[in-house]
Amino acid sequence: MSVRTLEVDGRTITAMADQTIFSAAWDNGIRIPRLCHLGGLPDAAACRLCLVEIEGQKRLQSACTTKVAEDMVVRTDTPALQAHRKLIIELLFAERNHVCSVCVVNGACELQTLAAELGVDHIRMKPQYPKLPVDVSHHRFGIDHNRCILCTRCVRVCDSVEGAHTWDVAGRGRNSLIISDLGEPWGESASCTSCGKCVQVCPTGALFSKGKTVAEMRKDRSFLQYIVTAREKRLWIAERKPR
Amino acid sequence: MTADGLRQSREAELDRQSRLKNRIACCSVAGCLAGGGDAVRAALAEEVKAQGASAEIEVCGTGCMGLCSRGPLVRSSAGEITYAEVKPGDAAAVVRSDLDSLNGRILRQSDPFFAGQRRLILANSGKVDPEKIAGYIAQGGYQSLLRATSEMTPEEIVAEVKKSKLRGRGGAGYPAGLKWELVARHPSATKYVICNADEGDPGAFMNRSVLEGDPHRVLEGMAIAGRAVGAQQGYIYARGESPLAIERIRTAIDQAQREGLLGGRVFDSDFHFRIDLRIGAGAYVCGEETALIASIEGKRGQPVLRPPYPPESGLWGHPTLINNVETFANIPQIIENGGDWFAGIGAPASPGTKIFAVAGRIRNSGLVEVPIGTSLRTILFEIGGGVPEGYEFKAAQTGGPAGGCIPAQYLDVPMDYDSLTGIGTMMGSGGLIVMDTSSCMVDVARFFMEFCMDESCGKCIPCRAGTVQMNEILGRMTSGEGKEADFAMLEALSGLLVEASLCGLGRAAPNPVLSTLRHFRSEYDAHVRERRCPAGSCRMGASA
Amino acid sequence: MNPTAPDLNIPASDEREKLLERAMARHHNSGDALIEILHTAQQLYGYLSRPLLSKMARRLNLPPSHVLGVATFYHLFRFEPPKKHSAIVCLGTACYASGAGQLLAAAQQSASEGEWTLTTGRCVGSCGLAPIAICDGIPLARVKPGDLAAVLGGKHDG
Ligand SMILES: Cc1cc2nc3c(=O)[nH]c(=O)nc-3n(C[C@H](O)[C@H](O)[C@H](O)COP(=O)(O)O)c2cc1C
Ligand code: SF4
Ligand code: SF4
Ligand code: FES
Ligand code: FES
Repeated sequence: MSVRTLEVDGRTITAMADQTIFSAAWDNGIRIPRLCHLGGLPDAAACRLCLVEIEGQKRLQSACTTKVAEDMVVRTDTPALQAHRKLIIELLFAERNHVCSVCVVNGACELQTLAAELGVDHIRMKPQYPKLPVDVSHHRFGIDHNRCILCTRCVRVCDSVEGAHTWDVAGRGRNSLIISDLGEPWGESASCTSCGKCVQVCPTGALFSKGKTVAEMRKDRSFLQYIVTAREKRLWIAERKPR
Repeated sequence: MTADGLRQSREAELDRQSRLKNRIACCSVAGCLAGGGDAVRAALAEEVKAQGASAEIEVCGTGCMGLCSRGPLVRSSAGEITYAEVKPGDAAAVVRSDLDSLNGRILRQSDPFFAGQRRLILANSGKVDPEKIAGYIAQGGYQSLLRATSEMTPEEIVAEVKKSKLRGRGGAGYPAGLKWELVARHPSATKYVICNADEGDPGAFMNRSVLEGDPHRVLEGMAIAGRAVGAQQGYIYARGESPLAIERIRTAIDQAQREGLLGGRVFDSDFHFRIDLRIGAGAYVCGEETALIASIEGKRGQPVLRPPYPPESGLWGHPTLINNVETFANIPQIIENGGDWFAGIGAPASPGTKIFAVAGRIRNSGLVEVPIGTSLRTILFEIGGGVPEGYEFKAAQTGGPAGGCIPAQYLDVPMDYDSLTGIGTMMGSGGLIVMDTSSCMVDVARFFMEFCMDESCGKCIPCRAGTVQMNEILGRMTSGEGKEADFAMLEALSGLLVEASLCGLGRAAPNPVLSTLRHFRSEYDAHVRERRCPAGSCRMGASA
Repeated sequence: MNPTAPDLNIPASDEREKLLERAMARHHNSGDALIEILHTAQQLYGYLSRPLLSKMARRLNLPPSHVLGVATFYHLFRFEPPKKHSAIVCLGTACYASGAGQLLAAAQQSASEGEWTLTTGRCVGSCGLAPIAICDGIPLARVKPGDLAAVLGGKHDG
């Protein structure tokens, strides 16, 4: 596999030719914000947080899906990008009901962490306060749609890693909703194997394990690495699990 | 069918028509049918029968003749007269060509509405019955497909289309020849041709009128494309909300297949081409090409990131040519008359004609086909007859929810791709909505934002949640609750959607806002600072 | 969003079921044809009930959540039995510019009897006759709010 040399935020780094900008940057300690991407899952390029500027290209590109190229010059943290990212986070907070103080993943939520990192301390938009259900019918897990950011990590892990395809998205636009099977309560889903992978990959407190305290509810994604690696017999999973 | 067969059926139909004393063609597309066109046609047929004139007078259907606001329209080949607002009770007068009793409802080709147009794509309306393939063949139909399969190599076809400088009519205006070449050069053995007939801009009905009025022209264009790029299978993706267009396409495909103009060994060549119909189910975003492909594959119509572009990896991963209905409808005449001929029509950088669906606050609304580059003033005031009495022209919206408005000071702008982009709007697919002094521009922006919000697929955050917030702000403004800070937020969100959205829907959604802000900022100010709507037509009205 | 239709208990001999089976067979029970088959099912049954969706999922070898996800993405699919009558108010640009907003308000006010399924459309292709409403398939051209209300059988104040 050939190697590419590129410049990211002023630093010269090398990467494998088939690596994405996101993963090459990550390997070199440059953390590009993201919510939908998770190493080992097929990418949706949906959250748009990882957008970066590439010299010579008019459009911003999502780092999670753009391959590195020789002599590419990438900027991941310009003021314009920061402003966009802040807005995206604000949009998410206004979209549903994220009350962190009563959330089981308080302190270990990717959305919360990002908001803090990006300095989002108040929301300048009208909160939509939709009335959304919490489904605790499953004997081990629950889903709180109020905290779902529709990143579809759960859908993708269930389909491409577990192979059950319990989850999908119903509706569209602002009315999108994660569903299990034909929309029945999760506990009645015939396809769910109760493997818990979706819970582990969910970036927020939307998917949670029942009966865990806030301190115990920490998500562990290391399984993705070995499952996918074992399945594909390839060692390209470069991404470490996020803290 | 063979070359001889085509000639024979053409001659037979021409001969049949020449022995008629009169052909009374009733508009049979959605606009006139909604106004009672069916009953008119039935009454005319009844009347001809009653007069015992069935042998010499034919009553048939035909495509849109343009002046929809004065429908139902009926055209009589004797004297080349078109009658407007025909009622079933007028049947006797129409059949007898009794001009006196139809006084005031007689339209002639010399009237400004018709004289100002150049009808090439719509050439058959008024002449050809969309439900009969013989009529299309009589007008020279399928001759170009014959040429393309018997006299031209695929490379020559592509070269001709490139020479024509035809640009895609679906909105973006990408050169058709270049796209064809990309697909043609791809080594893959399996390729597809898709006709994008998902026309979903609210207030646009060009594509559907072409399909309802002259479906074979589109099929012929697609088959020529199939030959040129090396595809054996074509799909028409039609909008589920247009049942009549769907029915007409079905009929046309069946007829063409029966005549051997589609299917195996077209004109005894080694060319095979099937066309199947796929029907959308109410999602505007499926007009976007990657979403459309997902939908044909039986999935949620959510766009996927490009590249790869469809010419490289499209339907089921195979190279795919996607063009708009009107793009394909232009192909037969390019093959017939040559690319140079076509390149000489309209504006040099964007040749040909364009169909506009003119509607809103205008006297003559309907379909107008003019050379590209015709000024907006000509279209609206000479052909369109201007705005209703007592009002003044304020702006015209082009490009639908992805476009922008053209205010009065730009009335002389030539309607071509580049000029329109230059003034902050776009050609789009041809919707042209006229607004006058009674229209509130903030409300127009809100209307389109609400549309985009409803139609966002929900995949990416900027579009899914951003349209909600922009709609929220515009809703506030039009109900007298706007805040000064809303302007900054509108701008920031516009920037985010334009730069960060995944597909064209989100990227273009702020355009109506940006364009009205640019040209009608004072109206926004009046709403927010004075709590007043100058036009008096939004929710707040003039009172508050 | 969730189809909450009662069990249809369709007998095996049901003609509609045969037609649906045939439609699926014509597409070789391929998941690619899901949208075509949903169209057919809705035409036959009037709406897409949960048992119907479940049956299609099984026959087409598709995950149930995928079938529901696809069906609910497209606004022409219904998950509840249609009411006796249907009315569509066009909210396309031309109609909106000609007062379709007031038309819709009048329709919403008068059609609350449980007899009418009221939907909105985005341009029904007759912009020259705006504003337009389609009641049980019959287009009402340049219709006034009061007249539409009268058709919908309700009282209308204004
Ligand atoms: C949201 C969205 C909606 C679109 N709708 C249509 C449409 O209704 N018809 C169409 O031909 N193209 C539509 N397009 C453009 C298509 O993606 C594509 O560019 C076009 O079909 C290409 O054909 P052309 O080159 O002949 O114009 C749409 C694009 C976007 C982003
Ligand atoms: S439940 Fe969690 S993983 Fe699934 S879409 Fe919502 S936020 Fe993402
Ligand atoms: S821009 Fe809108 S329509 Fe396009 S992918 Fe994003 S959410 Fe979907
Ligand atoms: S992480 Fe790249 S788009 Fe979400
Ligand atoms: S906008 Fe209503 S018919 Fe076109």
